[in-house]
Formats: sequence, structure tokens, C-alpha cells
Amino acid sequence: MPDSTRPPILQVSGLHKWFGALHVLQGIDFSVAAGERVAIIGGSGSGKSTFLRCLNFMEMPTSGRIALDGTPLGRTSAGKPDEVRYPESELCRVRERVGMVFQQFNLFPHMTVLENAMEGLVTVKRMKKAEARERALRELDKVGLGGKTDVYPGRLSGGQQQRVAIARALAMEPEILLFDEPTSSLDPELVGEVLRVIRQLAEEGRTMLLVTHELGFAYHFATKVIFLADGVFHEVGTPDEVLKHPKQERTRAFLERFTEFSF
Amino acid sequence: MDYAFDFALVVETFPILMRGFVVTLELWLPSLAIGLAAGLVLALARLSRSRLLRGGSLVYIELFRDTPVLIQLIWFYYAFPILIGVQLSPFTAALLALALNTSAYGAEIFRGGIQSIARGQWEGAKALGMRHADVLRRIILPQVFKLMLPAFTNRAVEVAKMSSLASVLSVHELMYQGRLLSSTYYRPFEILTTVAVVYFVLIYPATFLSMTLERRMAGKG
Repeated sequence: MPDSTRPPILQVSGLHKWFGALHVLQGIDFSVAAGERVAIIGGSGSGKSTFLRCLNFMEMPTSGRIALDGTPLGRTSAGKPDEVRYPESELCRVRERVGMVFQQFNLFPHMTVLENAMEGLVTVKRMKKAEARERALRELDKVGLGGKTDVYPGRLSGGQQQRVAIARALAMEPEILLFDEPTSSLDPELVGEVLRVIRQLAEEGRTMLLVTHELGFAYHFATKVIFLADGVFHEVGTPDEVLKHPKQERTRAFLERFTEFSF
Repeated sequence: MDYAFDFALVVETFPILMRGFVVTLELWLPSLAIGLAAGLVLALARLSRSRLLRGGSLVYIELFRDTPVLIQLIWFYYAFPILIGVQLSPFTAALLALALNTSAYGAEIFRGGIQSIARGQWEGAKALGMRHADVLRRIILPQVFKLMLPAFTNRAVEVAKMSSLASVLSVHELMYQGRLLSSTYYRPFEILTTVAVVYFVLIYPATFLSMTLERRMAGKG
């Protein structure tokens, strides 16, 4: 159970994101307690990926503030509280603590599976090769790829590549893990192996946020579900509340489109 | 055609041509190495956030790409010393001009290579907490080197050919020796044919390598 006396591990306040004239995120306030698993659902173009990507600054928030473990990120200068600057060193420290798994895996094609999983440890954490290797092997074992360590990513299936990407993120021992539609670019028969790994992580009590179209998985995985539409959180609640008994018309309409052809 | 090809002359003058060949190598390899290294720096300036660096590198690159190499060579020997107040030897002036010219073309190769790497590679690395400079060094550039190897090999071929222009500054490289010998012996046919053959033997392996690399990369799809 989340400890209510501790500050939330991640807190977002007044988050706005503009892409040119497009107002993608229209003021989001939100917090995550340690150990929570949040599934973010919504139609394409609703801003759900953008929201997730703001949390580790793959996208820079246009305005608003993000706090990690109670500490607001970025710096403001006197008299300009709305202008937040993010020095590279701070962004790097944040990203070390908030890992991300991408839809397109983004593995490094010129490195073997093992080297991919070691890269952050060696380059960012300045870990000794032997130690990094040991930890990378442990994580690769965990995702079931201990036997593929010397293979290049190009030789792996999409599902295997995504599991390597998960191991690469896990090796950094992040406090929070972000999944940006981790199964959307996979062939249907490969989705299961990736979801199994994510469920296994859930059982370990990790704090995770997942953007997904797999509503069935979201139902079993999440402690909290968010329905995002038009850049705002339309509905937030337990999986049961949001997915089974939605209060908002908009959420109902979205869910109906998904269940239209189910049997 | 009853021209009698004088093989004895070729054999006799060959050692002198070989001395020129050595100078050609001394001109070619360092200007290629310096030029490509400087080209990388220029490409990074071209892609930097600083408007000054972007503008400056653009002007530099275009100046060298949009003027004849021959002018550049002559300019660095006759005009540049007036600017800096130090007389350069013909070899130094030629090396400088060739290296700077190569850096401008090298910069465009690097720039194209860096820009062709998918954005996801940057994101994948940054999400691990890597700094911009580390992403370049560890993730982007190793892929660029591989991807652009045919282009770099092409550039090496071009520089080898361009180096013959240094003869106009009396740098004693292969072309200069050839012209000198042909006018000394009044035997341009033998001497200049030999010079061309020597260039061919030098350059063909690089062209062959470039073609092989391109074919192998195309095959990978």
C-alpha cells in the first residue's frame, strides 16, 4: 500500500505542452506514490505519450513543474517563476532515476545485446566493466535472454528486442519505469512475452507508468488507470472504476470502440 | 604509328618518380587525416545550437566547396603569407590547402551521417542518463563511421587526385617530377604515361574498396 505520510515519488503540477500552435497537454496535476502502477489510456493524439515523455524530459514541458521525491526539478531565476531551466547534468540525473522503454525499442544496433544492457552502467554510472557485465547478465537472464548476450539486436525478433530494452532500463535500477506503448510495434504473437515480463516487474512492487492500448492488460496490471483525452485527465481511478464502471461519457465512448468486436 | 616506346628511360627515371610518389603520400595521408578530423569538428559546429558556430562553419564550408582547389592551393602559397606575415614552404601551403579543403567536404559527410541516424538512437541513449557528448561518442558516431565509410573512401580518392595540383607550387610530388622529367628528356609519352599508371595503382585499391563497401551496405538493406 502506498504510504500516505511520505511525499509522492513523482508529482506533476500545472503541466502544459505546446507543439507550435497545438496545445497537447492542457494543465495536468497528478502524483504517483512509490509502488503504484499507473496505466494511461486514450485515443491516438490524446497526448498520452507526450505526457509520459515529459516525465523524463524526452519532451520539455512548456510550463508546469515536475517534482521527484519532493524535490522540484529545474531551476527558476528570481522574478520569473514560470521560466524553468533544465541544466543537462540535472536532466541526466533524473533520467538515471526514471527509466524508459520505447515503442520502437531504440536499441543500439552496433552493440551486442550484452553491450546494450551494459552501456548505461559503464558510460553513466562509471561502473567497472566486470561489475557492469554481471549486472547486465542478471537483468538479461530475468527477461529470458541470458542465452542471446553476444547477438546483435538486428538478429532478434521484436519481442526479444523489447525485452533487451527492458533489461537495459532495469540495469540502471531506476526508481520509476516508464513504458511508452511497449507492445504497439510488435506482431500480435510477440505481445505476450513482453507483457509477461512487465507483469513480473509489477509483482516486484516497482513504480511504473504504462501508456498502452492493451486494455485487458491494463486492467490486471494497474493500481490506477487514467483516461486522457484532449490533453486533460478525463477520468482517474482504479481499473475497476475506469474500465468497468466509467463515470464520464467520453470514457464510455472510448471503451465501447474497443469492445465493439469482442466476443 | 611508328613511335618507339623507350622502356629503358622509364626504368632509368623510375627512382626519381618514386621519390615524387613518396612526397605524394606525405601530402595525401596527412591532409586526409587532418581534414577528416577537422571535418568532424566542423560538422558538430554546423549542427550546434550556437548561431555563431552554425553560421561560421557554413561560411567556411561553402568557401572551400565553391571555389576551385587550384585557387585555394595558390592562395595559400602566395596570398595567405601576406595575411599572417610568415612565408610558407610550398609543401606546407599545399598540405594546408588540401587539409582545409578536405575538412569542408568531410564536414558535409559527417553532417549527413549524423543527421541520418534515427532520433530514437538519441532518445534511447538519453533515457539512460547519457550526456549529449557521450551519446555522440558512444552511440551516434560509431554508426556514422560505418555508414559513411564509402563516402570517406571516395573523399580519399579525390584528395589523392587533388594532390597532383600541388605541382603548380613546385612541391616535388609525383606530378611535378613527371613534368620535370618529361621536359628534361623530351619524352612526355613515356614519362607521363608512367606517372598516370603510378596514380592508378595508388588510387584503384581505394576505389575498389569503396565500391565493395557500397555493395556490401546496399546488400544489407
